[in-house]
Amino acid sequence: MDEQKQIDAFEAKIAAGVKIEPKDWMPEAYRKQLVRMMSQHAHSEIVGMLPEGNWITRAPNLRRKAILLAKVQDEGGHGLYLYSAAETLGVDRTELLEQLHTGKAKYSSIFNYPTLTWADIGAIGWLVDGAAIMNQTALARGSYGPYSRAMVRICKEESFHNRQGYEIMMQLAQGTPEQKAMAQDALDRWWWPAVMMLGPSDDQSPNSEQLMRWKVKMESNDAIRERFIDRTVPQAEFIGLKVPDKDMKFDEKTGHYTHGKINWDEFFDVIKGNGPCNAKRLKDRVDADKKGKWVREAAVAYATKRAKEKEVA
Amino acid sequence: MNLQEAKFEYLLRLGDSSLIIGHRLSEWCGHGPILEEDLAIINIALDFVGNTTELLKYAGQVEGKGRDEDELAYMRDEREFRNLLITEQPNGDYAYTIARQFLFDTYMFFLYEGLKSSKDETIAAIAAKSHKEITYHLRHTTEWMYRLGDGTEESHERMQNAVNDLWMFTAEMFDMDAVDTLLVKEGIAPDLNKIKVDWETRVKEVFADATLQMPTTTFKQKGSREGKHSEHLGFLLAEMQYVHRAHPGAKW
Repeated sequence: MDEQKQIDAFEAKIAAGVKIEPKDWMPEAYRKQLVRMMSQHAHSEIVGMLPEGNWITRAPNLRRKAILLAKVQDEGGHGLYLYSAAETLGVDRTELLEQLHTGKAKYSSIFNYPTLTWADIGAIGWLVDGAAIMNQTALARGSYGPYSRAMVRICKEESFHNRQGYEIMMQLAQGTPEQKAMAQDALDRWWWPAVMMLGPSDDQSPNSEQLMRWKVKMESNDAIRERFIDRTVPQAEFIGLKVPDKDMKFDEKTGHYTHGKINWDEFFDVIKGNGPCNAKRLKDRVDADKKGKWVREAAVAYATKRAKEKEVA
Repeated sequence: MNLQEAKFEYLLRLGDSSLIIGHRLSEWCGHGPILEEDLAIINIALDFVGNTTELLKYAGQVEGKGRDEDELAYMRDEREFRNLLITEQPNGDYAYTIARQFLFDTYMFFLYEGLKSSKDETIAAIAAKSHKEITYHLRHTTEWMYRLGDGTEESHERMQNAVNDLWMFTAEMFDMDAVDTLLVKEGIAPDLNKIKVDWETRVKEVFADATLQMPTTTFKQKGSREGKHSEHLGFLLAEMQYVHRAHPGAKW
């Protein structure tokens, strides 16, 4: 079959809502884009363990400690799941991690902000996981089978994370004046990074018609952002917190909120590596990898010895 | 000392050991040698937090002074903690963490096996649930004892150093004081002399299979029964308790 025929058949499948599976023929551009997205997503999950893990040892009571441990464990599990999904496209985890460690691969810009108080754990679950869900429920309808199935499962867990984050914020907002101030401060610091993490606005991020047609990209960044804002602003009001955007208004005509100007310079700066925690996050990952090298070597050496014994026997 | 006081003290020993070792394990979060281990270690830490919650909750009920599990975990000072010294030792390298966990898990395995038939129904129920979890933990740490002990030259050396360093903290696990004696007599707790025999047998077997030498250290560091800890515990508690203590009476 010549390539055009293969592409036509591939596109017909997608148009008919059939998932593309690992052994199916796919255009190289499709494969590349998916590897990039899945690995970026996987990296975000494991780098995201750092700012949240930062508060496990200081969680204010045993229940919160248990919930946070379970949540961070879920995030690591998502990472593992997504690396495996990426491996179905013929790239292995070691290679992907190498790209992360050398700065070649990106992860979500949001994790380059620090978690400074306990309320930040609430804000991450509520805002960061909340924004991620908006994006991921769309991706669950994507065309690549392993990725879309991973998204279905991940979204279920993320919605728990989202609720536990909101519950933390609600408890703080109803608490002492200091707790309420802590919650507001966390919202002030995390709001804009969460709004930005859904990606550049549509005029700066032309979604190629092709990626949409191939169901790799399902919705535009601005459309997803609008859904996130529409859902989140009333949640903030409900618990008596204020979103730090003086221009935020509900537009009766459209039924949507309109937001103030987004500081995209900050976003692109953080992406480039100039966020408050970029250097630290990367160093933590690289250090863990270096310190773990002898452990992984030992595991391989041990397994090799046992395999040889089996051969002899 | 009456039975109620002895039970309270005993529950603190169990609960505090779980709390502190769970804390140490959770420090690995995001920094493990490989993603699978990151997940396993956090999972084990989570089991310990659950176990702590049940034990300290019951301790508070037994004490009868209105203290709940959080007040016991977050509002006591170093000298009031009863966790075994081995549980508060810093993580060190991965061999150190695994060795600490293996020595402690093996102890927990036999201790909780005994506690399953405690005449105190609550303790027996907690032990039954925890013993299932500990069985998995012990399998996990035992496998890593083999991998690191019998892996590469470097891992072997690191593991041998770790067990040598930690050995001095193992003796106090089996100390029997008035609390233990009373609870053994009442059928509430198992005899630690018997557990010691099982523990030594298992440790020797695993060390042999992991090509490790039994440590020759004769010094025995003790003190947890009286709340005499190593200098590490104060820092650990400062970190663990500060948010809770900075907001007296707040709900989270």
